[in-house]
Amino acid sequence: MQLNMTEQGDIVIIGVEEERMDAHNSGDLKEKMLQLFDEGKCNLVIDLSKVRFIDSSGLGALVSGFKNASAREGSLKLCSLQPQVRSMFELTRLHRVFEIFSTQEEASASYQA
Amino acid sequence: MSKQVIIDITVPNQTKYLGMVGRIGESIAYSLKGYLGNRRELAYHLNLVLTEALANAICHANNSDPDKEVRVTITASDRDLIIRVFDHGQGFDLETLSQKKAQSCDEGGRGIQIIHKLMDQVRYIRKEDGNVLEITKSLN
Repeated sequence: MQLNMTEQGDIVIIGVEEERMDAHNSGDLKEKMLQLFDEGKCNLVIDLSKVRFIDSSGLGALVSGFKNASAREGSLKLCSLQPQVRSMFELTRLHRVFEIFSTQEEASASYQA
Repeated sequence: MSKQVIIDITVPNQTKYLGMVGRIGESIAYSLKGYLGNRRELAYHLNLVLTEALANAICHANNSDPDKEVRVTITASDRDLIIRVFDHGQGFDLETLSQKKAQSCDEGGRGIQIIHKLMDQVRYIRKEDGNVLEITKSLN
């Protein structure tokens, strides 16, 4: 899975550079997040602007990151969801679990608030 | 008499084929004649349901064995669309998976529930020569 990583202070922004997040590639994101947690980087923003399709494995990888970040007193926030990806969060009610922002800037700014 | 289209695909038991099969589902949604619903939504749902059903067969029923194969058939008529995913593995218990509700923070367990939510009927038929996950979507 192609991931674009940017650090802004103690926030790591991960841009998922894939059209699909499914059982084939979601494990890569999960692994990358675990690596960041091991390095003490526990405040993440996942930018999903390029993702057109997400399945239950993709959602599961994000839930894993969310749980691990929270357990380390950090946070995992999402931004820039395409409408069909957003609808998957609503279908599974995960929109109630995650903080979801329209833009990367809004997600990053929420850490300063 | 209404015409039927049957698509029959066999792929190796590997997750790299999920996208390919999912996109075939999308193409079918856009080519259905006389469908009056939201085609874009149906396309996404078929992509998703095929992805979930195939991933379930690859990872659970066939235990991620890359040497096995998975066969998928899609039968489209004016009335409904039937997806069948065949596996030759240990199978799984559809009832248990369907009844187990994923809690908000569970990492897994949403695949079969998503299929149930988007489609009209889901059955898992165990046979001596293999198992079939049969998913029906009414098109009326």
